Amino acid sequence: MANKRHVSTTINGEPKEFLCAPHESLLEVLRDNLGLTGSKEGCNNGNCGACTVILNGRPVDSCLVLGVEVEGAEVETVEGIADRNELHPVQECFLEGAALQCGICTPGFLVASKALLEKNPDACEHTIRYNLAGNLCRCTGYDKIVRAVQDAGARMAESN
Amino acid sequence: MIKNNGNGEYRVLGTRPVRHDGADKVTGKAVYTADVQLPGMLRGFILRSPIAHGRIKSIDTSAAKTTPGVHAVITSADMPDVGDKVADLGEGAVNLKYLSGNVLAQDKVLYKGHAVAAVAAVDIHVAEEAAKKIVVEYEELPSVTWVLDAMQDDAPLLHEDLHTDSMGAKSENPSNICTHMHFEKGDIEDGFAQCDIVVEREFKTASVHQGYIEPHASVGDWNEDGRLRIWTATQGSFTARQQTAEVLQIPISDVVVTPCEIGGGFGGKIAVYLEPIVGMLSKLSGRPVKISMTRADVFEATGPTPGSYMKVKLGATSEGKLVAGEAWLAYDAGGYPGGMIGPGCMCVFSCYDIEHAVVDGYDVCVNKPNTQAYRAPGATQVAFATEQLVDEIAKQIGMCPLSIRQLNAAKEGTVRVDGPKYPPVGLVECLDALEDSDHWKSTLEGPLRGRGIAAGFWFGCGLKSCATVTVNHDGTVNLLEGSTDIGGSRTSLAMQLAEVLGITSDDVNPMVGDTDSVGYTDVTGGSRVTFATGLAAYTAGRDLQTQMISRAAEEVWDCSPDEVTLESDGRFTHNDESKTFKELAAQLFKHGEPLVARAAVSPENPTNGFGVHVADVEVDPETGKVTVLRYTTIQDAGKAVHPSYVEGQLQGGTVQGIGWALNEEYFYHDNDTVANASFLDYRMPTMLDLPMIDTIIVEAANPDHPYGVRGVGETPIVPPPAALANAIYNATGTRMEQLPMSPPVLWKQLQTESTEA
Repeated sequence: MANKRHVSTTINGEPKEFLCAPHESLLEVLRDNLGLTGSKEGCNNGNCGACTVILNGRPVDSCLVLGVEVEGAEVETVEGIADRNELHPVQECFLEGAALQCGICTPGFLVASKALLEKNPDACEHTIRYNLAGNLCRCTGYDKIVRAVQDAGARMAESN
Repeated sequence: MIKNNGNGEYRVLGTRPVRHDGADKVTGKAVYTADVQLPGMLRGFILRSPIAHGRIKSIDTSAAKTTPGVHAVITSADMPDVGDKVADLGEGAVNLKYLSGNVLAQDKVLYKGHAVAAVAAVDIHVAEEAAKKIVVEYEELPSVTWVLDAMQDDAPLLHEDLHTDSMGAKSENPSNICTHMHFEKGDIEDGFAQCDIVVEREFKTASVHQGYIEPHASVGDWNEDGRLRIWTATQGSFTARQQTAEVLQIPISDVVVTPCEIGGGFGGKIAVYLEPIVGMLSKLSGRPVKISMTRADVFEATGPTPGSYMKVKLGATSEGKLVAGEAWLAYDAGGYPGGMIGPGCMCVFSCYDIEHAVVDGYDVCVNKPNTQAYRAPGATQVAFATEQLVDEIAKQIGMCPLSIRQLNAAKEGTVRVDGPKYPPVGLVECLDALEDSDHWKSTLEGPLRGRGIAAGFWFGCGLKSCATVTVNHDGTVNLLEGSTDIGGSRTSLAMQLAEVLGITSDDVNPMVGDTDSVGYTDVTGGSRVTFATGLAAYTAGRDLQTQMISRAAEEVWDCSPDEVTLESDGRFTHNDESKTFKELAAQLFKHGEPLVARAAVSPENPTNGFGVHVADVEVDPETGKVTVLRYTTIQDAGKAVHPSYVEGQLQGGTVQGIGWALNEEYFYHDNDTVANASFLDYRMPTMLDLPMIDTIIVEAANPDHPYGVRGVGETPIVPPPAALANAIYNATGTRMEQLPMSPPVLWKQLQTESTEA
């Protein structure tokens, strides 16, 4: 086994340090080392998006990023979306619009949706479908997810 | 006196409250099995067969066992001998040697991915490395994956001791055909003799997977008190408990199963795979053990739905009255007997009132993972066949595809080929709703565009459910029930209790209990939870009110219980005085003992869910790709408790059906090993592949539920392949006889037909 490396990073706005082996993915580090189990493993090869996190402003599959790669980076996970007890509009709209059923893909969708809407709050249906096509959901047929993202965009635009 | 509020006017039912587990699920706090972390917990890895069929000659685990960090290694030799015994698992009987053999292969491996050995170690990487040091010597055997090939006399035999059970009689020679079932009504020869038109076609469908995003996961902790605690991703904690106890040959009461939040199941998370393994690894290591499957494991080793061959014949008069139907169905069961052929037989003609019918069904072992239920298991395949034949008859006699369905639709009194006579059902109402819909009234123009419709049915079961209601000081209530919540059922159950009691959904705290804390409850499956566990919640609410009437009479109003009236809005009145549920509950708490109510139900009748779908498609002749332009799903929900959740079931099931129709299939290498065990290559629909899915909820009350609720979960997967096939025909003139209707298949067929033309 390779020796563990020391990594300093920022997760959900807080400085964090952790030890990880060079082969451990960011997803493993988040879930197993840091106890942030909100990011889900659906495939572990970048095809389902359930582990999506925002890395330096960009949505990435955390199963495809090595833990050691986040040295000095800013990482945002589903646990960091709400502001204390105040849900983010994208979380509110997923709940009000019943955009989740089993909920396993939901963290990835929320993170990817937030990243999209922060850049483009009035994203049209096609833009949403194009940008979130890397996130698989098997329960909802996506209809209510698309609508929730549209509603969240409108709510974010209102509050700005 | 209780005034029934089944008058169709509700305060809570039909509203759309936010689900009780919602905040947990949008903040990452909800605990799924893979999230469970116990002190000292080990991680497990399973070594799986690299070949499709073979005899295990030897397994050498010595190198794995001595790997630093490894705490336990098991093979089937470490598991108890369960014998050749059939166990009743509530939803059907299973031979324990098959159940146990699927958990860890015994003398043979029957499919690529079949579990052979398991390792528990300090972390997943050590466990995986150690598992790879296990040496398994196989005698590779010829394999078979196509159901018709497996039925041949000279086919490679999966089980040398399996004899066909044909209506109770056993075949002389061993066979891959596990079961032959036969159903008939009327006189089939006479029936076809009355027909002016008869159509017959052969169809085949590929194996598809349920595709839940959460891989199977289980945690086991064999406690020092001798009890085995299991946390697992299951659709049914009680069946998981029973299967685990049977495989490990320990008393059921020594196993407690905690159903964690579950990331989708669709029928595929009922059989146990990991639970007995983590149990045994924990027993041997003295530590809790967690195993999560990889995505490849999920595709290669867990239940696909059957691949099928179907030959179906349908006859009608020149006026379009369906008179006779004949079906010969062969479904693969995967590696072990017990597939989905029964419901296939039930559903092949279930949407129509056909006087004469014969159905023969075959359940056949092949070298694939053991087939499991997948949302209306067995029904989608036969709908693909029958619904196309109905369209074909309509076309030939110049009748509208909707009219022929309205003319022949199953209704109250229709007798299905497998025997049952329908109570009031809602197919006619769904067809009428289609006729009134904007979608149906709209025109579809443009070359290579077509519209198709199809009907679908799933019977929906009752089975057993329990509920306990406890009352808090402030008159809010806690609802403890045992149905794992896969799509918001906590809330649809809480809403039914709130409706009875005259409180709000938010006044109810629903909780899914473990097998020690809640009464026996069957699986979340069969479209049964909102119906049957809903009935339990309703009945517990009535129990509570009955208790409160007696107590109010004695402790509050000093009168006879007959003089207390329960109003339809849940208020209790005596003479001119009236108290809400909350007021009375708070008062009774001060007066005396706490209030607790309970219910146990086992409704016998199915809920009979019918749906009708309409799809508009455009076919690209250059690639064979089908684009779904517009889609509307119509279904009878009886009563939609939470309309958003009903819509969600309709949309989700529809999209699974669209995936099954247009893309999804297992590919096999020449040696019958799966070639596409990843989400990249097993192509489920993404957001970009789809339009919005419009829904129309029809409410034709189910007479067996106080609010008229029917199950809705499964029916919506049934019609899409047929509706899309009919749409493709109307777009291109090409009749599709196989699933999936993927671009290469459709392109080739278009090429062939244009050459022939």
